Amino acid sequence: MKIRKKQTLNHILLGFAVLVFLSSCNTDETQTVATFDNLVLEDNFDKDGEIDTSIWNFDIGDGTAEGIPGWGNNELQYYTDRTDNVTTENGFLLITAKQENFNGAQYTSARLQTKNKFQQLYGRFEARIRLPYGQGMWPAFWLLGDDSDGEVWPRIGEIDIMENVGNEPTRIFGTVHGPNFSGAESVSKAYTFDDTRVDTEFHVYGIEWGPNYINYYVDDVLYNQITPEDIEEETNGEGQWVFNDRPFYIILNVAVGGNLPGPPNAETVFPQTMLVDYVRVYQK
Amino acid sequence: MKKINNINKVFTFLAIAVVVLGCERGLSDDVQFASFPSDGDIFTDAPVGLTDEFFVSFDPAAGANPDGFGTDDNEAFEGRSSIRIDVPAPNDPNGGFIGGIFLDRGNGRDLSGFDALTFWAKSSTTATVGLAGFGTDFVQNKFAVARENIQLSTDWRKYTIPIPDPSKLIQEKGMFIFSAGSNSTNGFGFTFWIDELRFENLGTVAQPRPRIFSGQDLIQQSFIGTTLGTTGLTQTFNVEDGSNVTVGVSPSYFDFESSNIDVAFVNELGQISVIGEGTATITAQLGGVLAEGSLEITSIGAFDFAPTPTQDPSSVVSLFSDAYTDIPVSRYNSFFEPFQNTLGGVVPVGDQSIISYTDLNFVGIVFNDVIFPAEAVAPVNATNLNTLHIDINVQEALQSGDRLLLQLTNYGATETVGSYLINGSELAQDTWVSFDIPLSSFSGLTDLSRIGLLLFNSEDGPANPTISNLFIDNIYFY
Repeated sequence: MKIRKKQTLNHILLGFAVLVFLSSCNTDETQTVATFDNLVLEDNFDKDGEIDTSIWNFDIGDGTAEGIPGWGNNELQYYTDRTDNVTTENGFLLITAKQENFNGAQYTSARLQTKNKFQQLYGRFEARIRLPYGQGMWPAFWLLGDDSDGEVWPRIGEIDIMENVGNEPTRIFGTVHGPNFSGAESVSKAYTFDDTRVDTEFHVYGIEWGPNYINYYVDDVLYNQITPEDIEEETNGEGQWVFNDRPFYIILNVAVGGNLPGPPNAETVFPQTMLVDYVRVYQK
Repeated sequence: MKKINNINKVFTFLAIAVVVLGCERGLSDDVQFASFPSDGDIFTDAPVGLTDEFFVSFDPAAGANPDGFGTDDNEAFEGRSSIRIDVPAPNDPNGGFIGGIFLDRGNGRDLSGFDALTFWAKSSTTATVGLAGFGTDFVQNKFAVARENIQLSTDWRKYTIPIPDPSKLIQEKGMFIFSAGSNSTNGFGFTFWIDELRFENLGTVAQPRPRIFSGQDLIQQSFIGTTLGTTGLTQTFNVEDGSNVTVGVSPSYFDFESSNIDVAFVNELGQISVIGEGTATITAQLGGVLAEGSLEITSIGAFDFAPTPTQDPSSVVSLFSDAYTDIPVSRYNSFFEPFQNTLGGVVPVGDQSIISYTDLNFVGIVFNDVIFPAEAVAPVNATNLNTLHIDINVQEALQSGDRLLLQLTNYGATETVGSYLINGSELAQDTWVSFDIPLSSFSGLTDLSRIGLLLFNSEDGPANPTISNLFIDNIYFY
């Protein structure tokens, strides 16, 4: 579902006063926000060995049951809800990709989502995450539009807050998909860290999403804004803004292989774990 | 353009500690350790803080070419000058390869705040540089690091050599080492340039994966008094571009551990001393990360040496014995291709040595000027000798039909071979058996003037399996 090509948006950020930072605090940990300050969802993963199923569902399998084998991207993993692949420990959510023969797949991993449990239109969605590394790793923190009205992708919309390929340990990217700008034609921008990495440090990845805008940030850096005008410009007027009309749910996963990262190689170290410190969602 | 940093920093040794005789006490919080300059620059537009020689070549007597090193004001990645290295052809009369080190001008630098040595390089043609690194000072080389086979391109590219554990480098003099030949260019010389050579704190050198013994879990038998080396020491990091970079690492970066120090222990130079009977497993950490690989040593205790020979040295021609001076021998394991399986050869045991063969089918001790002309040694003239002595200790259970055929070859005008058969019943497991075999018993050996090969063959007979593992000592004619 998320085949894509990178397209850099050369936006002029219009001094949009989105984030206000306190100079005295650690921006890794704390961000003060002017517009969305009503915390409506918080999972700090503080209960060891227990995923809060009032928030999270587990996607199981290789996508065949959903009609999209390889989850639409020729991904190689089989998702499970086993502790081996997903658990909480010391206040972190651990999603672990393993190399093992399992139900016909060579790899296992996990994918959590909040469909029908937590869905919201607009808000600030953020998570503090340390990513895995190595060729073939494809971790993501993303949103999909609710499809209970029978609408299908890409008309439901997809907001990828953070994706990374494991052979690029200093680079993440944020992307939106919708009608006439999906897969390889999606609208995306990358952010590159200067002197740190995604797999050695926790970073905060988030969006601020309101009517006719999605702002992307990493830690204390706002690095992109996407508006209907951008979609129109990028798609020569073909694309349609689908981010004002339905609630979206959250997905956290680590894929292995697939069209975007390519398969793991002999140097890829397994197991690989994505650690999530928290997921938080705010409203106005 | 880069400023040339002032190199002659004066630094002050601070009071390190007050030693009070007769009592032990910890260092107080007020103690300040002596510190060394922490400048990371080595070459920007000129050498930074290096000795006047700048470049200290490997020994020209060993083939290093000291003439191909200089700076070039017409090439630079940044600024106005770079290091220029002209790699010679192998047959260059001034030396067939180029390499050497850069030394810190002072008493060494504190590099603990950096995580990598980096430089930009380009080459006149695509080529591979044999190695580049740091930590070699031509004195102790204690913290030597080398990245091998660096592929150069014809445009400027940045190269990263990670520091295995920066906390070890609080006073390092070896700023840079390189070695380059023309192996990758079919023997044609080429030129490469290095610029902006410095230690840096990149913040993106991560995921350390140290290895000892090349990451293998080895098992080895040994004896009290034996010293074994640690080999295959590397550190691998994942770097900014997502690639894994592996560097060869000297033992002093590792903290070695023995599971049983009554059996074996390891010093900081990575030498393993076997001191007792039993089993000990050697493992190591680098910067707090457990290294892949280990060595399990089973020490069977004091080595049971063969009886000390008693023949008068003046009447002996020795091929292998600690009791006599051996004549030149080209090979103690012939490694005859393609049918020889036998492994092993001379093994030091304490301050002596024995020959240990494993996987024996046949193997020769070669001491002639015929089989391997490049290793020619004089054969033995045994015209005035009448006996071959040999001590044999079989390292496995003997089976019915086991036998060992000894053959001596004389390289006269025609090759003649004499054979002597030892039956399994004459040998014993884990026990030295001495043989004094009259040369006249080697049937077929008519000429004794140029004996140059002693062959052991355990395959030649009806037994299957045959004798595969044995120790041999004290091989001499008298």
